[in-house]
Amino acid sequence: MSAAASTGIAKYLPVYVVLLAIFFVEVFLSLRNFSTGTLVVILLLLAGGSASLGLMYFMHLAEERRSLFLTLIPVTIFVLLMMNMIWSDSVRLLHMRPFPQ
Amino acid sequence: MGQENKVSQAEMAIGPGHGAQMEESPYAIPSRKFTMWLFIISDAVTFGACLFVYGYLRVATPSWVRPFESESVITVILMTVILITSSLTMLGAVDCSKADDKAKAMRFLYLTMGLGALFALLHIREWIGLIHRDITIGSGLFGQTFFTITGLHLLHVISGVIALLVVGAKYSSGRLTPSHVETAGLYWHFVDLVWMFIVPLVYLTNVAR
Repeated sequence: MSAAASTGIAKYLPVYVVLLAIFFVEVFLSLRNFSTGTLVVILLLLAGGSASLGLMYFMHLAEERRSLFLTLIPVTIFVLLMMNMIWSDSVRLLHMRPFPQ
Repeated sequence: MGQENKVSQAEMAIGPGHGAQMEESPYAIPSRKFTMWLFIISDAVTFGACLFVYGYLRVATPSWVRPFESESVITVILMTVILITSSLTMLGAVDCSKADDKAKAMRFLYLTMGLGALFALLHIREWIGLIHRDITIGSGLFGQTFFTITGLHLLHVISGVIALLVVGAKYSSGRLTPSHVETAGLYWHFVDLVWMFIVPLVYLTNVAR
């Protein structure tokens, strides 16, 4: 039996490899000539994918009751999306551009 | 006089052996684990706010500084591999502690702490490199956002290493249980998760061309 299997981390190795692979894809994409906006969106989607894997398998959320997932995750996403509404205004103020009349 | 023998609901709740009278948790997890989840969610929102601010400023500023040369990219790759690997060793520590293999769990915990400390050292080295190139927290929007976000994360990593040290020492001496190790592990994985957003947004969108 391998060292990884005997310590119980063998079952997490596929997730570990996928996380590293996603990261290397991110590095590769960052060296390509994308516009900043496009690059940010692509990298955010990939980061969201890795975070979901980490959340479900490293933090074992997939093994917990669904009620825990439903209590924590939708609320967090909602709060983050609502922040998205507020920050666009703060950037506009930073550049001293008031709302168009 | 019969009133003296009556026990109120409040007294029942604080009296010994009250656990059986309480409702079962709807999530079927220990309260400390649920508390850690709540902390993680609130911390995720904090990091989310910082990253949203950064994202808007980054996209809205055409003359943004792109200071990261190939050497910095290699350092960031190394740091990321170290942090993801530390999550794997943390999982090993949690699994071994649940299997009552205290010696192996401690070895994994020490490995996780070592990787965390190595990550912090590389991070500080990266900071020093930038400071030598006159990029500081007072040198403009890039410096302000970069040092705030990475500083907040570094603070989490250092706190995590200290927390693992304390939990490991107490678990080793039998004062804490595998459940405590698992809860500390949740925090460590969260620190790893946040880094997965910081790297692409703060480092990879600022590679020098």
